[in-house]
Amino acid sequence: MTVTTNVDRTIDARGMPCPGPLMSLIGAIREGWVGEVVEVLSSDDGSKTDIPAWVAKARHDLVDVVEEDGFTRFVVQKAR
Amino acid sequence: MDDSQETLSLVLFSGTDDKLNAAAVLAVGAAAMERKVDILLQYWALDAFRADRVLKDHGVAPEAGPEGAAMVQRHGGQHWSETFRQARDIGVVAIHACSLSMEMLGLDREDLDPMVDDVEGVAAFMAEATGPLTFI
Repeated sequence: MTVTTNVDRTIDARGMPCPGPLMSLIGAIREGWVGEVVEVLSSDDGSKTDIPAWVAKARHDLVDVVEEDGFTRFVVQKAR
Repeated sequence: MDDSQETLSLVLFSGTDDKLNAAAVLAVGAAAMERKVDILLQYWALDAFRADRVLKDHGVAPEAGPEGAAMVQRHGGQHWSETFRQARDIGVVAIHACSLSMEMLGLDREDLDPMVDDVEGVAAFMAEATGPLTFI
């Protein structure tokens, strides 16, 4: 079964070095509304550990992590 | 802010761009993870925070050598001052200028970048630094 989540906002942070993609995500989540789904595309390997760690700490929801060709897609829902 | 977590106490001594960048990345990471960050600027790190010098080329640590310096240059990324600003924006980050270093460098509060909060003696800094210190 495929679960499709409607993405409200996409941030293309490919090419940005660490901690750029995480900072972009934090900024977007802060500006967003509760329930908003934000997707970040990152080619930085650090994001693979940093984004899940931050999402857990900040108590939002990591909806999906998808490995694409040369980058990772992180889908995050603002929970509070 | 999660008060159960230890404050990250950073003492910055070195004023080269690579070390300041490494320190800024630590600060922003800690701030993102809801840790308080307390920074004391001494010697050449303080000199690098002079309002008229923040954006100038501060070189890299001697161990980089010419090849390392070229690598840092190529990698680019945002300036450390911008990373410190981000850390302050997302978390609780205080930046203090060491009073002794201020005196040694002949600086006044107005000479420093506005992101420096205040001038503080080492005892006042230590009163806040209840956990381990990171010296860069």
